[in-house]
Amino acid sequence: MVEKEVKVLLNTGLQARQAALFVQEANRFNSDVYLEKENKKVNAKSIMGLMSLAISKGTTIKISADGSDEETAVDSLAALVEKQA
Amino acid sequence: MGQVTAKQVMETFDLKMISGEEGIGRHIPISDLSRPGLEMAGYFTHYPANRVQLLGKTELSFFEMLEPDERKDRMMRLCTNETPVVIVAHDMEAPPELIAASSEKHVPVLGTKMTTTRFSSALTNYLESQLAPTTAVHGVLVDIYGIGVLLTGKSGVGKSETALELVKKGHRLVADDCVEIHQEGENTLIGHSPKLIEHLLEIRGVGIIDIMTLFGASAVRTFKRISLVIDLELWDANKTYDRLGLEEEKMRIIDTDITKLTIPVRPGRNLSVIIEVAAMNYRLKRMGVNAAEEFSKRLNEVIALDTH
Repeated sequence: MVEKEVKVLLNTGLQARQAALFVQEANRFNSDVYLEKENKKVNAKSIMGLMSLAISKGTTIKISADGSDEETAVDSLAALVEKQA
Repeated sequence: MGQVTAKQVMETFDLKMISGEEGIGRHIPISDLSRPGLEMAGYFTHYPANRVQLLGKTELSFFEMLEPDERKDRMMRLCTNETPVVIVAHDMEAPPELIAASSEKHVPVLGTKMTTTRFSSALTNYLESQLAPTTAVHGVLVDIYGIGVLLTGKSGVGKSETALELVKKGHRLVADDCVEIHQEGENTLIGHSPKLIEHLLEIRGVGIIDIMTLFGASAVRTFKRISLVIDLELWDANKTYDRLGLEEEKMRIIDTDITKLTIPVRPGRNLSVIIEVAAMNYRLKRMGVNAAEEFSKRLNEVIALDTH
């Protein structure tokens, strides 16, 4: 189990399209991936759960993964939201 | 766990602000109320300071009979740093000693027109639902023949697709993908959807669809008590699945045990029909008819007769 706290730097926050990209990326990994905001934890592979959190720019979220490729999963997903564009 | 402030209570019940406005942001930690009758008489040994203090006719008319210095002392001790809020019921006048003490200690004092008993039960209900333990589960919640069924399973196993088929058959969708659950009372789990994604369903290849506009108001529900969990998983040849239905597996959510069935997914298995039947069968069992047990009893009897 790997956890990482990141600040969302995406200018628009996780709008629908960005959320779809994020979920697509998360689904590439075998590990179970979760995303947590203000004690609300959702499955990062499911788009509706992710969008229900309505994550805006500047929010601190926790990405966690559990499984064979947990390290890469957390790192690549963190990189995705830490991008500015 | 939810949080409630004195301000939320004031807005929900349309209460009148009397004094101590600075403290209106105070948190109410528990749903129990206190009617400080004994405290008015001077007994503060077991004073539950962290509860909402509710003053009714009895407490205040007794308070009127006290000496001026006693009154001042009692109200000063009633308003502590911990006291979340003092509420005066029955539209009664708050005593000046209470106003003075609350202004000094910044304890909000609110007034209601309702009678004490009625207000106390309304407030208890409200606080209990707001302060109930909560959690969120990845899954889909549907109401099938009046039974709240939570479908769980890995992403991509077909939860939403199954839910769509169930909706087409006339059942109701409560939440897709993310189910917020709170425990009400001892053993009741209530599930609902996060507001933002209410009535929506995501189907791969189609996208996000609105169940209410597509199928009408009868196809959705805002909340539902969860009675059964059905876990969908890809068929694993090395795993044994329940063939008889004699054993009942349980799953723990918050502090409540819920019956759980594991149903393997494989092409050619019509999931929505299986789930419909599982829900009906669960209902039948709760009504006292257990097909598996009755058959097993019959089998045992025949074996016993035949044994030499």
